[in-house]
Amino acid sequence: MNFETTIGLEVHVELKTKSKMFSTSPAVYGAEPNTNTNVIDFGFPGTLPTVNKEGYRLGIMTALALHAEVEKHTHFDRKNYFYPDNPKAYQITQYEKPLAHDGWIEIEVDGQKKKIGIEEMHVEEDAGKNTHGEDGYSYVDLNRQGTGLIEIVSKPDMTTPDEAYAYLEKLKQTIQFTGASDVKMEEGSMRVDCNISIRPIGSKKYGQKIELKNLNSFNHVRLGLAFEEKRQAEILRMGGEILPETRRFDEPSGETILMRVKEGKDDYRYFPEPDLPNYEIEQAWIDQINSQLPEMPDKRRIRYVDELEIPEYDAGVLTATKEMSDFFEESVSLGANPKLVSNWLMGEVNAYMNANQLDLLETKLTPKNLATMVKLITEGTISSKIAKKVFQETIENGTEPNQWVKEKGLIQESDPAVLTPIISEILDNNEQSIIDFKNGKDRAIGFLVGQIMKQTHGQANPKVVNQILMSEIKKR
Amino acid sequence: MIDKEQIRHIATLAKFEFSDEEFDGFATKFQETLDMGDKLQDIDTTGVEPTTNLATRTTVFREDTPETDQTREQLLSNVPESDGRLIKVPSILDTEGDN
Amino acid sequence: MNYFDHSIEELHELLVNKEITATQLVESTYENIEATDKKINAFITLNKEEALKRAQAVDEKGIDTDNLMSGIPIAIKDNILTTGIKTTAASKMLENFVPVYDATVVEKLHQDGAISVGKLNMDEFAMGSSSETSYFGNVHNPWNLDRVPGGSSGGSAASVAAGEIVAALGTDTGGSVRQPAAFNGVFGIKPTYGRISRWGVIAFSSSLDQVGVLSKRVKDAAAVLTSISGEDSKDDTSAAVEVPDFVKNINPDMKGKKIAVPKEFMGEGVNDQIIEVIKSALQEFEKMGATVETISLPHVKNAVPTYFILASSEASSNLQRFDGIRYGFRAQDVKNLEDVYVKSRSEGFGDEVKRRLMLGTFALSSGYYDVYFKKAAQIRTLIIQEMAKVFEEYDYIMGPSTPTTAFKIGDKIDDPVTMYMNDMLTIPANMSGAPAASIPAGMIDGMPVGLQIIANNFDDQGVFDAALAFEQATKFYEKQPAMKGEN
Repeated sequence: MNFETTIGLEVHVELKTKSKMFSTSPAVYGAEPNTNTNVIDFGFPGTLPTVNKEGYRLGIMTALALHAEVEKHTHFDRKNYFYPDNPKAYQITQYEKPLAHDGWIEIEVDGQKKKIGIEEMHVEEDAGKNTHGEDGYSYVDLNRQGTGLIEIVSKPDMTTPDEAYAYLEKLKQTIQFTGASDVKMEEGSMRVDCNISIRPIGSKKYGQKIELKNLNSFNHVRLGLAFEEKRQAEILRMGGEILPETRRFDEPSGETILMRVKEGKDDYRYFPEPDLPNYEIEQAWIDQINSQLPEMPDKRRIRYVDELEIPEYDAGVLTATKEMSDFFEESVSLGANPKLVSNWLMGEVNAYMNANQLDLLETKLTPKNLATMVKLITEGTISSKIAKKVFQETIENGTEPNQWVKEKGLIQESDPAVLTPIISEILDNNEQSIIDFKNGKDRAIGFLVGQIMKQTHGQANPKVVNQILMSEIKKR
Repeated sequence: MIDKEQIRHIATLAKFEFSDEEFDGFATKFQETLDMGDKLQDIDTTGVEPTTNLATRTTVFREDTPETDQTREQLLSNVPESDGRLIKVPSILDTEGDN
Repeated sequence: MNYFDHSIEELHELLVNKEITATQLVESTYENIEATDKKINAFITLNKEEALKRAQAVDEKGIDTDNLMSGIPIAIKDNILTTGIKTTAASKMLENFVPVYDATVVEKLHQDGAISVGKLNMDEFAMGSSSETSYFGNVHNPWNLDRVPGGSSGGSAASVAAGEIVAALGTDTGGSVRQPAAFNGVFGIKPTYGRISRWGVIAFSSSLDQVGVLSKRVKDAAAVLTSISGEDSKDDTSAAVEVPDFVKNINPDMKGKKIAVPKEFMGEGVNDQIIEVIKSALQEFEKMGATVETISLPHVKNAVPTYFILASSEASSNLQRFDGIRYGFRAQDVKNLEDVYVKSRSEGFGDEVKRRLMLGTFALSSGYYDVYFKKAAQIRTLIIQEMAKVFEEYDYIMGPSTPTTAFKIGDKIDDPVTMYMNDMLTIPANMSGAPAASIPAGMIDGMPVGLQIIANNFDDQGVFDAALAFEQATKFYEKQPAMKGEN
């Protein structure tokens, strides 16, 4: 029996706001436990929520980037459940009328393009954090409680773990471009839950779905889903039954492990949050946000190829993150050659970032300095060899290249008026070399260039030197 | 008619336990209120929007300005068990939270 | 001295003229309370030291001549948070809970120079109408100590009636200010929903709860309401409606006013003698130039089950935070997390609270939400529409506040119709958010009767106008409770 796989993903993304979504506490990652909290986060009696406008704006921005339709008449709902990291025993979320619905993103796997639908996305509050001690106690930190999240629920449109991986990559990239979130799995600002089921090929009815949780990276998602496909198929081939389970991915074994079997449906007793009013989202606001939406990576990639003549692959690398893409565009807008800027970013800059474990914006390189440096090269002011020195200096210390090459005397001599007399003099003193060259000994040229370089302390522009040298030899 | 099994299920959701005696007295009261509620089913509410809040303002937003109103010491002052930094609760490993 | 007979305006004059100081006023308040509260048990907590400090500060700064609340002692229902002073909601669950922030109403009163003297007894978490569900013992009605003061703001009403305090804050979710006001022969107003911030008020039912004021005299409540009203950035359900000076703007002219009396309020289930008292009260209004007409509010008949479903549903969610983890009662001998939840909640809450939380949990649970919660929320809309229609034509809806006078402690209302009426009279105003008050209208067998005055949303001024007109005509405040009976 052969099976086909159905995968749906629920992705939580933490909104990048200064204060929390429903309380005024600071929303900062990594603070001392329970310091970024207030009476609202502690769920004290008598406290009430208020809604962060910036959080909702970022939600709308994300929705627009995902081609989703923003809901105009909405409200918040309560999802009720007891847990120590959930102080009110309800989470404020949007259930009945989510922020937006019916979006999509396009993925590409093995050269095949495919649209993955987004069912709905909504704004909600994050929970605190529990850590389990060895002493029979759990410890609760409410710093994260109340931080804004958007949950993005895909349609069950993915059929392979690779598609799921591509979807996550694309989703992360898109959201990263909007600036709505840091989307960092390692800091928990992006979290993924998977639903996966399999069914005999041709069967109309979906199989029993399994929920996969606690996934720490996109790669774990891919491996976990692949393991599930295999595990479920084996059970069905043996005539077994798939149970509605929640499982987690175990990294050392590469397997998924049962967390619990779901008994019946969870009963969250959703109902409209009576502490908050109704929300009417005006088209004018949506339009305004739309106009502020940065150009998305797909469009940028096409533009780089079509208008800037950047190779397809390079354009893809440049648009992997918004930082890289913005950096590239700013350098180019300052008049630097696009292809050269691209080469530097993909080559030296990337190598430097990797070697030093830095993000682009954490280095001291600025688009202006990179553009200046590239222009110095194209104008022939510095040689590519010198350029490497300049690059090292500017990325490490933020030094302005123009000034620096002047100070250090690294400017290349390209002026024929300066070079011609020097070359003439050297030719005068080395007539034998001219004869050797004319007799077909190319090595003689190397000797002459070496002499010229020696005389100019290596600053003569080799290209210009070559030209003058040839024409001077011809004259003799 | 609501059965006892259902009431037990509701008690699990609401995190209550009842002695059998409490339970019996309680089930009767419960049924009386539900009977009243059942009478509402005859009322035609087709097309009527539910009222779930009485706020007169709509679309109320706050600016994204962080504030720190209480100290950790204040917030932990009513906590039954803490280590001065974190709230302590007996082991939660046997149950599973959401998110 | 005893300022039992003085209104806030009169006290203000004494304070401004330096005939008394705020400190003396506060000291005399505690003397009153110490003398009478053993009998009525209106207070759960007194904060004498803190109140005297506050009074001293007011005296040192000087009385604010433009502010009626400056130097005036006031008492606060114990479900309203006060920094550093225990706030229990009359529950074992919060027996030792000490808030770290003030409710907005408390903050506003203090800003105006008012001095909070203590926390008032009530039904546990405001669930009840006799103040018998308090963990801190029954409150006794000053008119007859054998009788209940009503509830849930029983302590607020009893303390004002007994002359312990000139004005008190209560809360009203389904009649919890008006019913005890009626039982104790005092004025009690539940203002329009949204008038007053709910920040710092322990929520029972968020869409129905509203802070109210109880006082001997109508203008006293108007003064307090002027102080505590207004939009609050901490409560998005508070209204952006300007707050008039309810005292300065009061106008007891009833000429040409139109009063609607729902026939549903004056029928079966309401004590005959009460109907007579209300009828003669309505005649007073006619004498003052108002017209009185009987109308019908058919949907109001459904208000009681609608209320129980909606209030219990919201409560079941609002009170889940009491889980024994961050504050409040934590059960001993717990083995695991589930024990912490189940045992803390089962031991920390009283029966009535548990019953309502169970009902609410059920009404929201999977498969029942549409049948109960949603249906009730739709009927609420019908009730709101029905009330709004009346106010297109009339200035007031009037009727009895309660179907009976205060009953005996330990007695339940036996007759199911009467019990139903007890809630039906007051709930409509909570459903629609309308301002509503109860004002003493007479006595039956030594127990007070209340007339209910309801106006259109945000016409709180109109309620004060009619109430003052009636007060001036009847002067009920001259009567003093006997404080007789078993205790």
